[in-house]
Amino acid sequence: MKPSLPLAMVLAFLLALGLAPAARAANEADYKTAYSAAEAASKEAASLRHQWTVTVSALAAAKKAADGGDFDRAVAAAKEAEALAKASIFQATTEKEAWKAMEIR
Amino acid sequence: MKARASILLGSLSAALVAFALTSPRVVAADKVDPVADARAFQNFFFQKFPTVKHEDFVNGPYSMNEDMKRQWQEKEEFPPYEFALDAGKEMFATPFKNGKTYADCFPNGGIGIRQNYPYFDDKEGKVVTLELALNRCREANGEAPYSYVKDEMASLTAYMAFTSRGKPMDIKIPDDPRALAAFENGKRYFYTRRGQMNFSCASCHVQSPGERIRAEILAPALGILNAMPIYRSEWSGMGTTSRRFVTCNSQTRAVPLEPQADEYRDVEYFLSYVANGLPISGPGARP
Repeated sequence: MKPSLPLAMVLAFLLALGLAPAARAANEADYKTAYSAAEAASKEAASLRHQWTVTVSALAAAKKAADGGDFDRAVAAAKEAEALAKASIFQATTEKEAWKAMEIR
Repeated sequence: MKARASILLGSLSAALVAFALTSPRVVAADKVDPVADARAFQNFFFQKFPTVKHEDFVNGPYSMNEDMKRQWQEKEEFPPYEFALDAGKEMFATPFKNGKTYADCFPNGGIGIRQNYPYFDDKEGKVVTLELALNRCREANGEAPYSYVKDEMASLTAYMAFTSRGKPMDIKIPDDPRALAAFENGKRYFYTRRGQMNFSCASCHVQSPGERIRAEILAPALGILNAMPIYRSEWSGMGTTSRRFVTCNSQTRAVPLEPQADEYRDVEYFLSYVANGLPISGPGARP
């Protein structure tokens, strides 16, 4: 009996998975790059007096994971911190004018 | 030819009149006008809550909810801030090591003056709050300053507020560009969204007073500082105005500023000024 088409597709998919290169684990250099980008954005947010608590927590989590040698987690946390810091900078920038919309007149 | 000249002259005159009529409004909108701001601020709350007596706004969430008000009135028979009040009275009367007391630092010996704070100090060019003035008094007399967010400061301000109970808030804004800038800066801080929650002070205390946020009923911004300092059941203790600002910021997931930062001093100036005429009710008690 010939294998059915769906079974052939599953086999092809499994073969492709086996041949696909595995995602590379993050190393210390990756962490340092991600952390310094996050730290720079965080410092800018702080200088605008718009720092978020969650940015500080994510930065601390990144450092803790790196200290424990878990660079995958450290890079993920640093990237999250950078995204949060950039969002807070955007907030600070837009609110320079946007606050007036809420004012009681 | 003559008709064309007349039309041209007429159009020019009309344009000039239109410009003259509209331009002062543009200037007025950009001008810092604390009197107009306070009037608009108070009218907003008076119209939003027409059944609330004006002097009741200083009682925060209790002015918004009858059940809570009844519970609070019963609690006021043995108020939770009483220990702080007694401690503050004793601290206020106890001399510093150099023999002087707090009374030496304040007009009228510090009694019945809460309604005049914060004020604008023209020598420093900045707003001075009561908490700041108390710590400056301590330092001037060789004593270490107190934490702005802990019990000693709350006790002292509780006693001073108590001696002013019922007196109308009476904040002055001198005709000094620095004072007007401080007022405007405080207003900006009040309305500016911050933190991951993207909340401003106004998001809760202008847009949603009387509404619930989790288990709490939000207080109106009008008169919110007249009740300071407060005993909060949530804190299991007393809290100063500084503590209130710091925790509000934290709750929106914004990193709080240092207590008595310029922005906090200015927002206290703004909120106190727009509550002018409403009575001091501190120390207060809140859930």
